Amino acid sequence: MAGMIKGGPEMKKLLKLGMTAALGALIGTAQLAHAQNSMDDPLRDDYYANFEGRKVVFVPVFMGLDLTEGWSKIMARQAEELGYDYEVRNSNFNTAAGAQTLTSLISEKPDVIVVQNPDVQSYAKLLRQAEKAGIRVIQLNMKTNYQTTGFVGADVELIGEKQAEAAVAKCSNKENPGKVLVLAGPPTSPFSAYMLKGYENVLNADPGMNLVSVQSTGDYESSKAKSIAQVVLQQHPDLCAILGVWDNTDVGTAAALQEAGKADQVLVTTSGGGGELACKGLREGMWQYYVSYDVPGQGRDLNALIMAALQDQNPVGSTKTVLYTPLVTYTPETLGDERCWSLDTLR
Amino acid sequence: MAMLSAVLGKGGLDQLRIVTLLFLAIFVVYSVVLPGFFSVGNLLTLMRTVSVLGILGLGMAVVVIGRGIDLSMIAALAVPSALVLTLAAKGYGVVPAIGIGLMLAVVIGVLNGILVAYAEIPSLFTTLAVGIGVAGIGQIGLFDYEIVSWPPALDGIAWIGRGSLYGVPFSVLAFGAAAIVIGIFLRRTRPGMFVYASGDNPGATRLTGIPLRPILVMQYVISSCVAFFAGMVLAASSASMDTRIFNLTWIYDVILVVVLGGIGLSGGRGGVANVIIGTLLIGTIMNGLTIMNVSFEMQNLVRGLVLLVAVLADSIINPRNEETAQQGDI
Repeated sequence: MAGMIKGGPEMKKLLKLGMTAALGALIGTAQLAHAQNSMDDPLRDDYYANFEGRKVVFVPVFMGLDLTEGWSKIMARQAEELGYDYEVRNSNFNTAAGAQTLTSLISEKPDVIVVQNPDVQSYAKLLRQAEKAGIRVIQLNMKTNYQTTGFVGADVELIGEKQAEAAVAKCSNKENPGKVLVLAGPPTSPFSAYMLKGYENVLNADPGMNLVSVQSTGDYESSKAKSIAQVVLQQHPDLCAILGVWDNTDVGTAAALQEAGKADQVLVTTSGGGGELACKGLREGMWQYYVSYDVPGQGRDLNALIMAALQDQNPVGSTKTVLYTPLVTYTPETLGDERCWSLDTLR
Repeated sequence: MAMLSAVLGKGGLDQLRIVTLLFLAIFVVYSVVLPGFFSVGNLLTLMRTVSVLGILGLGMAVVVIGRGIDLSMIAALAVPSALVLTLAAKGYGVVPAIGIGLMLAVVIGVLNGILVAYAEIPSLFTTLAVGIGVAGIGQIGLFDYEIVSWPPALDGIAWIGRGSLYGVPFSVLAFGAAAIVIGIFLRRTRPGMFVYASGDNPGATRLTGIPLRPILVMQYVISSCVAFFAGMVLAASSASMDTRIFNLTWIYDVILVVVLGGIGLSGGRGGVANVIIGTLLIGTIMNGLTIMNVSFEMQNLVRGLVLLVAVLADSIINPRNEETAQQGDI
């Protein structure tokens, strides 16, 4: 390089100038390239720092069901990704135990309680107390008559209407009204009370329908569903439709119809989280109409509300959000196993 | 009428007779008032809806006659049978699956028996704790979901809960068969007699050289095996085993049919007939209320009232005093 430089001082000066310019351009480009590669997201640090050491507790009615296991898996995954604590306190189908859990949580003060209510009344006061103590409460699928920070779940009345409409489509007949049996859950459960309202909205408006019996299956017991269905089938051999409360319960309903040889005659409609059982039931003819409240979708809604609750700086109770889940209906015609989730396919 | 006079025949009115009269009265009223109640189809349905309860009652009767109580029966009904369904679904074969389920039931019974007979812990606490423990084991690890569905691999034996023979449902026949077996055991075999003896007077039983403690263990093994049998019938019948039933009030219904039928909790009295009549009474009441479309809360209320009436009638007609009361009365 040095050997190549010949000539007078002007030449040297020119060269120096050229090199400086080139170097400057190089540095400038490098700076420009750096600016294109990275920049700080001003939201990010606060967002993640906010989740540190926060705590979310889930109080289900009962673990070990496809619904609760599904929700819990989705909530646990987000907690792990964002680094906040997530805990499950199972109340084991025992309302008193659930109330006790909530009472102790009020003094433990987690940031968020996600609660699935066994009925519309029992926990209402405790949930109010929890919010007063500064804990944000999100009610999941089964709500009390007291509105808290958030609710994620099905519009149960709408489920009832959809099921009843399916029965009307098959059974409505003014000369010989179509006989319908309703198999509900526990009388005070939101899934019984609100769903019955939905049924009545449709059935009472149609003179071609005859609601012959409304019976409770206790705590969603399939054996009880079976025995009630058997008794009512004896009384009304021309029964046209059974409106069931939940897929797991209506396995018993379907068993009664199969034994009586009336699986083809009687329309069974039911609802649930849209898990494997939904598709299995449609495939095996246990029910012919299924309203799904889509657990994976609910899980995502739920996670969004948890995130919002953890970021909310306003006083507890000042914002209240209701997210009714978009319902999906399955019939044998729309059946495909890819539509039903299992714990393994949940993401 | 012949039945009535047979019922009233010899002796006074004990609780079995009172309950039989109550049953007949309700039955007659329902038959007259409720259209469709008195039909073969409905009566078979009535029997079918209470057959599992009846089978459980038979197992409970054996323990109660031996002056104990078995609160773990619902756990012994749910967990071993759900285990059978799970194992069969995983392809272990029908016979090994049932064998393992039966073994689990026997283990539950032996555990209860040893704690009651040898550690001398009152049966109320022992069986309560064992029941919770067994249900807990099921919840923690044995099953994916709390509700285990009936696998196609077991369809070969599904008839025990689903089919019928000459129009009589198999679950009713299962109740009948269990009643005959337990009846013969209690009245016609030596260990059965020993059960009465151990319930009537444990001290005297031991003095006469009867092996009291092994007899106690045997009672609990019988009750949990009977519960397992009831569990298989129930699972086949509703095409799934809902292990949550442990948390429900079933065990009270079982105690209800036993006590209602007139098997005193103080032990040594009663037999299979008491369980059958108690079961029929409950079945008839519930069947009629369902036909009348009475609400769930009202049905529970009526059930409670009937028990109260039966127990009250017994204590008025057969008052207890220091002579007739026994140690161990609950």
